[in-house]
Amino acid sequence: MEHVPASAITPSVILRRILYRVCKKLGMTVLILFGITVISFWVIHLAPGSPTDLQTTLNPQVGAASRARLERLYGLDQPVHVQYYRWVKRIVQFDFGKSMSGDNRPVWDKIKERMPLTIGMNVASLILTLLFAIPIGIGAAYYQGQWFDKASTVFVFIGFAMPGFWLALLLMLYFGIYLQWLPISGLTSLDYDNLSFWGKAGDLAKHLAMPVFIYTFGSLAGMSRFMRSSMLEVLRQDFILTAKAKGLPLHSVIYKHALRNALLPVITILGLSIPSLIGGSVIIESIFALPGLGQLFYTSVLARDYPMIMGNLVLGAVLTLAGNMIADLCYGLADPRIRNTGGGA
Amino acid sequence: MLSITSRAFWSKYGMLAIGLIIVGTMTLAAIFSPVISPFDPDALNLDAILQPPSWAHLMGTDALGRDVFSRMLHGARISLWVGFVAVGISISIGLVLGLVAGYFRGWVDETIMRFVDVMLCFPSFFLILSVIAFLEPSLINIMIVIGLTSWMGVARLVRAETLTLRERDFVAASRLAGASSTRIIAHHILPNALAPVLVSATLGVAGAILTESALSFLGLGVQPPTASWGNMLLEGKQVLEIAPWLSMFPGCAILVTVLGYNLLGESLRDILDPRLKQ
Repeated sequence: MEHVPASAITPSVILRRILYRVCKKLGMTVLILFGITVISFWVIHLAPGSPTDLQTTLNPQVGAASRARLERLYGLDQPVHVQYYRWVKRIVQFDFGKSMSGDNRPVWDKIKERMPLTIGMNVASLILTLLFAIPIGIGAAYYQGQWFDKASTVFVFIGFAMPGFWLALLLMLYFGIYLQWLPISGLTSLDYDNLSFWGKAGDLAKHLAMPVFIYTFGSLAGMSRFMRSSMLEVLRQDFILTAKAKGLPLHSVIYKHALRNALLPVITILGLSIPSLIGGSVIIESIFALPGLGQLFYTSVLARDYPMIMGNLVLGAVLTLAGNMIADLCYGLADPRIRNTGGGA
Repeated sequence: MLSITSRAFWSKYGMLAIGLIIVGTMTLAAIFSPVISPFDPDALNLDAILQPPSWAHLMGTDALGRDVFSRMLHGARISLWVGFVAVGISISIGLVLGLVAGYFRGWVDETIMRFVDVMLCFPSFFLILSVIAFLEPSLINIMIVIGLTSWMGVARLVRAETLTLRERDFVAASRLAGASSTRIIAHHILPNALAPVLVSATLGVAGAILTESALSFLGLGVQPPTASWGNMLLEGKQVLEIAPWLSMFPGCAILVTVLGYNLLGESLRDILDPRLKQ
């Protein structure tokens, strides 16, 4: 960014800068969206298997003629770039095509009904993660090198190395089979429909307790580590020294001056953690037999359901992109240094 | 020189030592698994199915009567292979793209970095799963796909290093002496950019081992009867109630191995880059 004397910064200059930044961001986003669609399309069409294989190899009576008819039905007889063009033309209208597995329902409908559960579980676990990670991070930074810091470091390393699916097995074994406290699969009990409102809520909570715990455990290590280093960074700055020097009480230095600044980078990390949360849902939902997006993706991968996989892949990437952009925007709004200097980038 | 029995030694090199011991033990176990294994890992013994751990079978037997200890050793082999080959692939791609982008800058840099941005948008597990499902799951496919979806961090790292290195005086001197771009990159920039790459390679092995075990656990990784820690856990899950030990040993092995590589990577980071040490 060129240097402009302070007197030259008029509202119209600021407006022009903002407009320039928005345009640049939008252009970049369109470019990245294009890349996302090309890669998903390319990946799936490079593969040797064809979706019609599954319908034809299972049935020896299907001859070459009907195979060709099936391929024409799905447009698979066209050259790849034509297929791509047709597909992009449809997805900009939110039409991801129809699922190839059994029910033949529109992809978007199937994704839509699975979304609330996956997003709900992820939001719940993100809130829980922040509730625990922030105090742990503050404590570890404040007591740097002492026993609390060391204990949390050990916890962080174990958290990073723990495979989520193994933790799931251990919890199922202890709480589900040994203690018989929690159900080990599904979203609801058999008598769910006959329960009162609170009965239903309790039933759902019981079924979701272990999955949400595993999500939370998975992100807690990284988040508390991040909070610790962010806090350490802030505690080293001059304004903290000033606050201490002028005799402010310690809790006021930590919670008023340091914490606010240390929380800023957490916004970015939240945005960046979206892809791993989406990826993690595949494993957790298939272990606990929960009807969410992850399970939908897993079954469509097993069935080679082209439109379904493409829909999920593109949606996952677009959600990630959107998450990063929202995080960027929030960061800009929350940090006046970035707001006034034009984005830093 | 610090004495090995002193407190100072252990607070400084404790993480490194534990990491090295774990990684060393696992590597030796993997290399010598054919010699150490008391049984053939794939040999069925229907007279001895689902036996709990005993002196004859240190970790018990599975639903087909195979010796779990021997299968665990074989699993160590698979994990090591996947870790090293996948990371080899991702480091190679990341190094080349990062060096090229950082050295030539301009539109080359812009193109490569936008490609990195695009790749980072994909939930990598989604991408890996879809590719694996189409290519037929096999050991070699898994290694390649994990490698192809995990090079972006290395590329960014190497690019950043290259951007600062190319402005240094020794690079300018070499250019004035008439060295070609290839020579400058290979002889002056690459060796100086390797330290952070070593750290991310070590951490990458841990990540690849976790990804492989997750894939195998979903039935889309290493295919039975070949033993891998992930598919042993999948088999263990089916008899979780009657034979819980089948789900204990492979999980512990994954946890400890990944922990070892992470400890090694983090302590290498502290040693190689004292600026980051807190």
